[in-house]
Amino acid sequence: MADLRRNLLAYRTVLASRARSQASHRASFRMDLVGAVLIGLIEFAEVWVLYTAADEIGGFTLAQVLLVFGLSDLAFSLADLVAGHCDNLPVYVRAGTLDVFFLRPQPVLAQLITSDLSLRRLARCLVGATAFTVGLVLNDIDWSAATIGLLVLALVCGFVIFAAQFVTAAGLQFFLVNGAEMTNAFVYGGRYAATQPATVWPRALLVVFGAIFPVAFAAYLPVSTLLGVPGVAGLPTWLGWCAPIAALWAVVVAGLCWRWGLRHYRGAGG
Amino acid sequence: MRSLPPPARNPYWRFLVAGFRGQSAYPLATLAGLVANATFGLLKGGIMGAAVESSGGELSGYSAATMAAFVWLGQGMLGSVNFWGGSDLQARIRSGDVAVDFLRPVSVQAAHVLTDVGRGLFALLPRGLPSVVIGVLVSSMALPPDAAAYALGLVSLLIGITISHATVYVVATTGFWLVETRGVSVFYMALSGFFAGLFTPIYLFPDWLLTIALLTPFPSMMQFPIDLLSGQATGSAAWQHLGVQLVWLAVVLAVGHLTTRAGRRRLEVQGG
Repeated sequence: MADLRRNLLAYRTVLASRARSQASHRASFRMDLVGAVLIGLIEFAEVWVLYTAADEIGGFTLAQVLLVFGLSDLAFSLADLVAGHCDNLPVYVRAGTLDVFFLRPQPVLAQLITSDLSLRRLARCLVGATAFTVGLVLNDIDWSAATIGLLVLALVCGFVIFAAQFVTAAGLQFFLVNGAEMTNAFVYGGRYAATQPATVWPRALLVVFGAIFPVAFAAYLPVSTLLGVPGVAGLPTWLGWCAPIAALWAVVVAGLCWRWGLRHYRGAGG
Repeated sequence: MRSLPPPARNPYWRFLVAGFRGQSAYPLATLAGLVANATFGLLKGGIMGAAVESSGGELSGYSAATMAAFVWLGQGMLGSVNFWGGSDLQARIRSGDVAVDFLRPVSVQAAHVLTDVGRGLFALLPRGLPSVVIGVLVSSMALPPDAAAYALGLVSLLIGITISHATVYVVATTGFWLVETRGVSVFYMALSGFFAGLFTPIYLFPDWLLTIALLTPFPSMMQFPIDLLSGQATGSAAWQHLGVQLVWLAVVLAVGHLTTRAGRRRLEVQGG
């Protein structure tokens, strides 16, 4: 127990120092925050433009899709805050920085995750949280313990699913290195997919983003269950409650990919 | 030194070729980009197709076929235009390496812009064409109606790619005055794609937003070439697009020229 506490203290000290170092360059930090919010706003604007031009897409109106966008964007931003710099792995591999991680008596993944903490990503969460809140107000929601339970479950599972995508991508990057952009297909493609109603996807995408990288469970399916919007033909409306199963699957895949990648790694030479 | 045929002796031609050839050294990166491109294309095609369908088959002048063309031509251009705002020059100004560029007997602006345009043109082969082929296979996308549309479309595409890199060049030259230009790049990244028609056609915007978009150089980078290549803009509309593009090309090149001249006087490289 004391061991664990000492371990956690080490991570906390590292993270606190990273946070302080960013906030100390005030002008640059403020610019970063504004930029992060701006990018979030533009992403929202895309959804707004599309759903204003066409009144309804895939069975969702603008008000309804606000919930999907807000929930998935919030979950993704939180995951990005925690695990987003797994994206830097190819840089670490090429520069040989990763070899240092192996020398320390901590798990490599834990070190990778605490290697950076981008506070500007906090600002990014604001956009998702706002859209989500507005969505909750605009829609006629039958509030009950079950409703709140479903929303909390969706947010937590969405966070886990997206964080797992980052780790999966990191694991695969041990093999790809120069081809790191390939994992963008499911990490950032997954984020984009999660903001859409799955009813508009061709069947192949349903398999990819509904099952293999299960981002449909992050927001679309729970919101469909919540609002009672009929979803993809042949799928039950209670599917939104299955988000934990999807999250568990995503974690298992991430764990396997990470271990597999780590075992494959031979160092960049010294 | 062996003698080269006349065009190859021109340093600017060689910058263009070097940029083109440099990209071909990373086939895996190119394949990776294509996979990501195609995934985004399928997602974008799905939602945009559904938007057209739910509007009764016609949305702001787009049919299912022209919307598919919008999506896949856009995906195809993505590797050739710069919507993220970073560049080699940005890094070279920060590190001071740009001082070496100024010592060379060539225009710094032309050298950097041409190298980037060369890279962009190369990307049309492994990323642009396959994206369009995928689009043709998975959707009923509209193709240019006649040879003239192909010719004008390709000219427009070339101008669009050049405007994009010439604008990013201007973004990078802000580094002569600012220490940290990441904020400017993020600004560029957020606005350029949106106003260029990367996500939705700008014609879906409400009128006031469309007016703002048309007052920027961004539609000239992507939306206008797509309009020509998909046969959305024909006849006088096509020539008008080309005219606007040429004006923007002249403007961003002129601004880049001025910021380079002024920045050169500001440049202070420390260390030895």
